[in-house]
Order: sequence, then structure tokens, then C-alpha cells
Amino acid sequence: MIAPTDLHYTREHEWIRLEGEIATIGITDHAQEELSDVVFVELPDMGDIDKGSPTAVVESVKAASDIYAPIAGEIIEVNTDLVTDPSKINTDPYDTGWIFKIRVTRPDQINDLMDASSYTAIVS
Amino acid sequence: MSEVLKLSPLDQEHRDLGGRLVPFAGWEMPVMYDSIIEEHRAVRESCGIFDISHMGQVIVSGPEAAAWLEGILTNEVASLEPGNAHYTFMLNEQGGVIDDLILYRLGDELFLLLVNASCINEDVAWLEQWLVEGVELNNESSQWAGMAVQGPQAAEIYTAITEGRTLPSRNGVDDLKHEGERLLVCRTGYTGEDGFELFCPSNQAIRWWKAFLEAEVKPCGLGARDSLRLEMCYPLNGSDLSPSRSPLEAGLGFFVALGKGEFIGSDALARQKKEGCSERLMAIEVIERAAPPRPGYQVLDENGEPLGVLTSGSLSPTLEKGICLAYLPVDRVKIDTPVSLEVRGRKIAAKVVKKPFYRR
Repeated sequence: MIAPTDLHYTREHEWIRLEGEIATIGITDHAQEELSDVVFVELPDMGDIDKGSPTAVVESVKAASDIYAPIAGEIIEVNTDLVTDPSKINTDPYDTGWIFKIRVTRPDQINDLMDASSYTAIVS
Repeated sequence: MSEVLKLSPLDQEHRDLGGRLVPFAGWEMPVMYDSIIEEHRAVRESCGIFDISHMGQVIVSGPEAAAWLEGILTNEVASLEPGNAHYTFMLNEQGGVIDDLILYRLGDELFLLLVNASCINEDVAWLEQWLVEGVELNNESSQWAGMAVQGPQAAEIYTAITEGRTLPSRNGVDDLKHEGERLLVCRTGYTGEDGFELFCPSNQAIRWWKAFLEAEVKPCGLGARDSLRLEMCYPLNGSDLSPSRSPLEAGLGFFVALGKGEFIGSDALARQKKEGCSERLMAIEVIERAAPPRPGYQVLDENGEPLGVLTSGSLSPTLEKGICLAYLPVDRVKIDTPVSLEVRGRKIAAKVVKKPFYRR
């Protein structure tokens, strides 16, 4: 299981890359391994979102999993490449498998997230 | 109430292979190892192996066994020759399905019923309730391990690992001694591919499993088993079949011999056949790129009016589209009728299609 050290993590197995006020969000390598073959991603609508609200849905052959907003803000971009190739979440979870971007309105909430070593500890 | 799950004799093998173990019908069984899609494709293209040790084996024997089973099961026992098997149903008096099973005739007076894991106790209780003089019933489920070896290469692999044995013909069953141990080999399956099901004493399970894995047969879990059977429109009891649905409504009248004489449920089925079924289990294919259909989703007509509820649904790894089954009203829906499925408040476009989804 890979967990890059420059990212933040949630207990729900999302990763967050914060660059300025823009947070890019996806699911972790551990999560994609657990889900196995991702066959469909329902992307969220643009607009304001509260921390903890359901946004995207990632579907494997067996089950649908909700992805929650890890931080409050405005959804400004979604990864439309996942519409034609949802398996990017399996093959490249931390890069081309990103799911959506939030313009963060509550940067202090980043402190509620875990670092790579804490996340690795809860999944191992 | 927490239930202690039963473990397959192959449990440790599944763990060593990294199998994802889940509760299923009171057992802890692998839903997949690495990828349901890859396991599914292995069965369609080469060969896969499933642990089916959770399934039940009920032995029925005695001079009255054949006549008695004739009155309990829907298919015609009299025309089933020793060494052969057929698919059949055990019904309640209202014609609803208690269980669907494979009946293997091992001898003139010796039968094996291969039943669903979730129904073993219920089936045995039902059979005991109707038991007569001259019939002996033995639930041997805990003594047997089972493996389904399925795929176009299954027959040659069987020959290779048994040093020259050949499989019985389609639906045939061989009751053997192999290296001193009892072995039942049946050319049956639940995937739509050629293949066989092998039953051995539980303490022989690991050696057979390892022999198949050494022959590069891919271990497959319940996930692939479900997507493979759904592509063939084979029903799953508890999902597509229930005590309130008859085999006629499920579109499986081929396995009901109404002409053979009375059996439990035959009056109800004869009436239903005469009057016609108002609903039938139909196959639905998703026609847009959309979320995979899942059991419980609503089926709507073109005006958004409810037609039914999905009993099974999955992404088809072979066809790469959503496939599903639902009981739908025959007066409102036929082949090619456009319908929609309601997924999290959205409607996805689908249509009713001919069964099965997949043809070899």
C-alpha cells in the first residue's frame, strides 16, 4: 500500500492534495485495493459543499461507495476522464485517478486530516 | 445475534491466496481474490475454480426413492438415467420455490440432491415431513467438499490432473474411487461454460484444490460466480426465486414436468399455466454508460410509473454493460420495451431483452 507523504488523509480513505486554496481529492491506494475493479464513477455537481457531505460515488462490480467531502468549500472541477476510464482509480489513484477539486473556504479544517504515517497506521 | 460462520475445508487456502472472505449463507467464503472481472474472464476464456463446499449434499436412497422424489420435485425423475443429472425445483403447495437444485441419479435407487447452502436445513426438514416407508434420507453436507471447475479448458485439465480420466458427457455424473477415495465428478455448472463439479470427502479437498491451481486454473470467488450466472440468466434462489414465485413466473417451465402426474405444487402450477402468469422474470440491459444495476433498484416505464424491482443486477464483464433481472407485468412489457432504472434519484436508460445475455 502506497501513501505519499505530501498528502492529507481521512478515515474514509480519501486523500487530499492542498495547493494554495485548491484541494484535489481522490481515494487511497488502500481503498482502490479494497474495492477492486472500479467500473463507474458518479461525479459530483459543481457548487458549494459542506465537510462530510456525500459527493461522488465510486462503484466496483460488487458495491457502490460514497465519497464524502473531506473539507468545506466549492467544487470547481471534476475529473471527466473517469467517465470513459474509471479504472484510472485502480491504476493511478494519486494522480490521473483524482476525482474532484474543491476551492477551500475553511483552510483550518485541514488540521482535522491525517498525515501519511497516521493513515498508514490505521489501515495496516 | 452474532452467528458463528462455518469454514470451508479450503478456508486456509483462500486466506493464503489473499481471498476476500465474506459471510454467505452462514459460511465464510471468498467473494474474490484480486479482481472479479479477471476471475470472470478466466472462466470465459480458459479455466477457473470455485470452492462450493458450502453447498449441501442430501442422499436419498431406497426402493421407493425414485417414486417418492417424483412426487416432491418438478422435473421427471423416471426419465433420468443412472449416471445423469438434471436441474429441478422443490416447491411448496402454492407452487412457490423452496429451492432449486441439481438431482444426480447415482443408481436405480440412489440419488444425490445438490442444494443451496442457505436452504440445507429447510430442505431437509421439508423432505423429512413427506418421508415414506422405503426411502432413506441422509444429509451428508458436512462430509463433502466441492469445487466447480469451469471454462473451455476444464475437460483437458481434468484429464491432465487425473492421469487420463475423461469427463462424463454433459449432465453426466461419475461416482468413482480415485486413489482409494470416493470422488463424484459431474459435468454440470453455473457459469454457462463447459466444466464440471467435483465432490470429495472434506479431508481430500486441499489436495484437489492444489492440483488444479498447479495446473494454472484461476481461483474465483462468489463475485465472479454471480456475474457469470447472471450473464446466463441462471436464477439465484433467495434473489430471483422465492416461496412466493413459481418456476413458471421465473421462465423456467422447461424444468417442470406437468404431464408426469402429481407432485407438490403441481395443482397450483397447472392452474397458473392455464390462466397465465401476470408477471415474469425478464432480462433487462442498460443501454447507456451508467452505474451498474443492483438488486432493489426500481424499474420504471416510459412515463416513470413503477413496473417492478430488480432481483439481480451487475455489470457484465463480458458484454461491458449493466445486466439485470426483474419480475415485470407481461401486459405492459415485452422484448425491446424501453424501461428505465432508478439509481440514486436518476433514471438510466435500459430495455427488456431476450434471455440469456450471453451466448457461447
